[in-house]
Amino acid sequence: MIPVAFDYVRPSTVDEAVAALVAGGEDAKVMVGGQSLMPVLRLRLGAPSLIVDCSRIDEMIGIREEGDSIVIGAGTTHHAVMNNDLVKRYVTLLAQATATVADPQIRHRGTMGGSLAHADPAGDLPAVAAALDATFTIAGPGGRRTVAASDFFVDYFTTAVGDDEVLASVSFPKREGWGSHYEKFNRTAQAWAIVGVAAAVRMEGGRIAEARIGLTNVGTTPIRARSVEAALVGAADAAAIAAASESAADGTAPTTDIHADAEYRSHLTRVLTKRAVQKAAGM
Amino acid sequence: MHISVTVDGTAYQADVEPRTLLVHWLREGIGKVGTVVGCDTSNCGSCTVLLDGRSVKSCSVLAVQADGSSVTTIQGLSDGNEWHPVQTAFKECHGLQCGYCTPGMVMSTVDLLSENPNPTEAEIREGLEGNLCRCTGYHNIVKSVALAADLMGGSTK
Amino acid sequence: MTQMDVTNTTETPTALGRPIRRKEDARLLHGQTNWTDNIQLPGTLHMAILRSPMAHARITKLDVSGALKMPNVVAAYGAAELGDLNGSVPCVWPVTDDIVMPGFPALAIDKVRHVGDCVAVVLATDAVHAADALEAIEVDYEPLPAVVNMESAIADGSTIVHDDKGTNTCYVYNLGGGYDEVAAKADVIVKRRFINQRLIPAFMEPRAVVAAPMGMSDEITIWTSTQIPHILRVLLALVTGIPENNLRVVAPDVGGGFGGKLQCYREEILVTQLARKLGRPVKWTETRSEDMVATHHGRDQIQDIEIAATSDGKMLGLKVTLLANMGAYLQIITPGVPLLGMFMYPAIYKMDAYDFKCTGVFTNTTPTDAYRGAGRPEATYAIERIVDELAAELGMEPMELRKKNWITHEEFPFTTVAGLTYDTGNYEAATARAMELFDYDGLRAEQAQRRASGDPVQLGIGISTFTEMCGLAPSRTLGALKYVAGGWEHCTVRLLPTGKVEVVTGTSPHGQGHETAWSQIASSVLGVPVEDIEVIHSDTGRSPYGMDTYGSRSLAVGGQAIKKAADRLVEKAKVIAAHQLECSPEDIEFVEGVFRVKGDPEKVQPLAAVAFEAFTGHNLPPGVEPTLSAEATVDPEDFSYPHGTHLAAMEVDTETGKVTLRKYVCVDDVGVQVNPMIVEGQVHGGLAQGIAQAMFEGASYDEDGNLQTASFADYLLPSAMDLPSFITDTTCTPSTTHPLGTKGVGEAGAIASTPAIINGVVDALRPLGVTDINMPAAPMTVWRAIQAAKAGGAA
Repeated sequence: MIPVAFDYVRPSTVDEAVAALVAGGEDAKVMVGGQSLMPVLRLRLGAPSLIVDCSRIDEMIGIREEGDSIVIGAGTTHHAVMNNDLVKRYVTLLAQATATVADPQIRHRGTMGGSLAHADPAGDLPAVAAALDATFTIAGPGGRRTVAASDFFVDYFTTAVGDDEVLASVSFPKREGWGSHYEKFNRTAQAWAIVGVAAAVRMEGGRIAEARIGLTNVGTTPIRARSVEAALVGAADAAAIAAASESAADGTAPTTDIHADAEYRSHLTRVLTKRAVQKAAGM
Repeated sequence: MHISVTVDGTAYQADVEPRTLLVHWLREGIGKVGTVVGCDTSNCGSCTVLLDGRSVKSCSVLAVQADGSSVTTIQGLSDGNEWHPVQTAFKECHGLQCGYCTPGMVMSTVDLLSENPNPTEAEIREGLEGNLCRCTGYHNIVKSVALAADLMGGSTK
Repeated sequence: MTQMDVTNTTETPTALGRPIRRKEDARLLHGQTNWTDNIQLPGTLHMAILRSPMAHARITKLDVSGALKMPNVVAAYGAAELGDLNGSVPCVWPVTDDIVMPGFPALAIDKVRHVGDCVAVVLATDAVHAADALEAIEVDYEPLPAVVNMESAIADGSTIVHDDKGTNTCYVYNLGGGYDEVAAKADVIVKRRFINQRLIPAFMEPRAVVAAPMGMSDEITIWTSTQIPHILRVLLALVTGIPENNLRVVAPDVGGGFGGKLQCYREEILVTQLARKLGRPVKWTETRSEDMVATHHGRDQIQDIEIAATSDGKMLGLKVTLLANMGAYLQIITPGVPLLGMFMYPAIYKMDAYDFKCTGVFTNTTPTDAYRGAGRPEATYAIERIVDELAAELGMEPMELRKKNWITHEEFPFTTVAGLTYDTGNYEAATARAMELFDYDGLRAEQAQRRASGDPVQLGIGISTFTEMCGLAPSRTLGALKYVAGGWEHCTVRLLPTGKVEVVTGTSPHGQGHETAWSQIASSVLGVPVEDIEVIHSDTGRSPYGMDTYGSRSLAVGGQAIKKAADRLVEKAKVIAAHQLECSPEDIEFVEGVFRVKGDPEKVQPLAAVAFEAFTGHNLPPGVEPTLSAEATVDPEDFSYPHGTHLAAMEVDTETGKVTLRKYVCVDDVGVQVNPMIVEGQVHGGLAQGIAQAMFEGASYDEDGNLQTASFADYLLPSAMDLPSFITDTTCTPSTTHPLGTKGVGEAGAIASTPAIINGVVDALRPLGVTDINMPAAPMTVWRAIQAAKAGGAA
């Protein structure tokens, strides 16, 4: 319950944060809301030498419209994201999924960027970022760079953000009028998702014209169910969605733990994909 | 590291190790033992306080992160032995037994009702998702929150 | 739903039976509670414990000297350094003459036997440095094979947990006989194996202990988060050698227990010993991670159940064969827990024969002991499950089968095949009321419709018609079972000079609301307002006699003592009043706090005036001593036998296996209620824990003995989102063996609800061929059972 001792700095700009990380070396760790990191510290599962607290960097906080995108500062809290009108209108799926993240207290502190950079396979937001093709802006000693969602999530708890870099913001293309739903399946409300499915669909004339599906916790990173997305085009009823969802577990690599084994996770992936898309499409 | 934090209306100046959890500073640093620790994995919510008006788990905030902020604990919710409507409602509806989860449960309720003065039963249950109780089965806690909403001028749907 | 009276109801003194709001709540709701961890004495040393990460290993090296070099560290000990102070954790229930009783040193000597076993301790001037210093202790382990599974443990060639004992069998206990004869005549025999999984009590307040030499005498005061300060005092004296008269044990506000704080823990022994050795206060507060591996666990039985019946549904006999997991060591009543269930397997049913056999088994796991219900939930689960299976086998409606076999209300008192005599009960009334509240017929109709339409979400109705034995307990019964203490309870009632009252009880509340309920009992006798009564408890210095709180005994036993002591006080006061009123005591009646001369409404003397007279002693009758108090110690005539009918409507998503509790109705008969609001709260909390066993919770170990559910992130306690509101009601059949007519209620919900849930899940899926679901009914477990049934295999 008592973390190991560490040093602490609280930069006020992204550049200061990067400088602190460079100076702090590989045992320096970024903290924003701290809701993923604090349990690690309390249980002494991690022992950073330096915490770089990025929770008060103005540039990293807030939500704005930029052309065809909604740009969300990485340090924006879940609570702010899920209640933001721009997000609810243009990135509805993100608002929906964020509302299922943890609990109210944790959503008050925890940040969107923190969840994404933590890259827990059971976290809810990576699948959303994958499904919506978010773009990540990462600041480092060499300046800013942008990374596509498909390249951002590298492995189990590993992203494209380097040891001396900070995730500054995440940009989501505006998708007004899409139907969307995040289907989260867990054993209790507090428990992590056994499987989650993030689905967004664009309807035309009562048929699915375009679909985007991201899967939570069926691999080391979030996975796009691209074969389902393709098969859904033209679907006009629940049965067609069910048929298209049969391939949802293709390309996944779920793990086995005490709550679910790989076979069951694959089964759930198919069932929950069907349900998520049916709800997103209103069928 | 030096911090300035207002807790329950009193301005405190303190030097803390960066690793000090807000809850440990509250309890051991300034004697605010009304806020308690129930787990080490952020599940139980017993340590819930308001940080700048929003509910947080004080085990999941470093004391240094509260620098410059205002904290409200169960001990600052009402003046001395006065009763906040949420406290009244919990007593009236027998919304507590052993009382260990109660400080957190009450503070979460205050936050919930500040955002949604007229919650449905489902919204009450969602709003308390971050607080575990082992005694009540939540039945009377849910009733307490509904009564608190009534007492505070809202009306439960 | 029973409606609570929402007005405050303390204005009249006759308080029995009213939902008076709790006196305890003001401090609990204002953050003014006195938890043990709040205690900060000057000069305190904080103890941190190095625990074994291995389930079974030889300690080949232990060097604490590195810790001693760390800042602020005052002392560090392994077993070698602790020497004779390393007491053995006591077990007070050696259930058989030939029970295997291994030693249980507070700090492991040479070997560790479960993950969480204590290896060394560090004492520092603050908790931070104590925690840091643990990392400077050098310890080497030589891993040994761990045995986790009970059947493996008793198989030939198993690793032996206590190799000096040569066996993992702790004891074998037999009761009853004659089953084989009745089974030979049976038309139908149903056999099942039920797994009553291991649970973790998970009270919200982690354990904490502070021990301090208090300086004014040789006394050491121990504040500890315990349910049993009185019993603990005796045990600590026996274990540590500190004279009992020098020990004062205080349980401050205790944040839940559920049996988990019914214990003499190794940490309590260590803190006490080290405070004495070092001559200064020592404090230890566990982390939740420690709690999960070091607080005793509950349940963990493999139950082979066999029931024999005629083809028309008459039960003939029951055979119960248990394996009960003791864990690595025996704690306070570890071996006895299954025996508390032993009498309850036949439950409410009439039958001719009952065979019981229990084998206690050692494994490399955290020790088990009492957890809410302690043996009785396991028994109730097994009988209520097998009755449903028998009904299915016979093609009978499960409620009809129960009605055909239960003891009818005219038949009480009734001696069961297990040898208990139930004083009263009315299963018909509770069941009728529950079925009405539940809309039993309506839900059966909906179930039929869903079955017919092939709805992917099937509906099941789960029944549990339970009884239990509680109010532990008649001392002679405990003695016959080789429990080494009694089951009585003590109370002193003192009338203070100003007319206020102190009720000193030996029960030790930890959240139940005794301060309110006991005040109501005293108020009802003395006519003193509830708010003028102070209940003193949980401190051996202030309430010297008691047997504490567990087994739903506090009201059923302790409540009687309060009534009896208060009655005695009135008798003494009456003598003084008669003297003051210049008449004979026989001519006096006591009504609502006032002594009156019969037939003379002018001649009255309030109790408070008598109290003042007893204080001044100016004008007492000859032979009457000043002061006004009375004591009573009550040893109950028998257990109390609450009962009830619980009904659960379960929805099962057959596509995912997800189980949802849609509606829960229970009608409990707990006899006369002192405070129905508190009773209802006890029922709610018990329901939540019993339902959680059925749906969410289960401690699991991997084959190496690592606890896989070692935090609240993996051991799934339900939140408010995971449970519905409950529909509760009561019937009242007063106990005839308890003067107040009360029965216990603390465990009823936890005992009854578990089988209702699983019966409901199985009922939903029976048309698919599913005949059992292992607890907890996790989605994957349910889905796999459905798949297996579809494939034609056993579920």
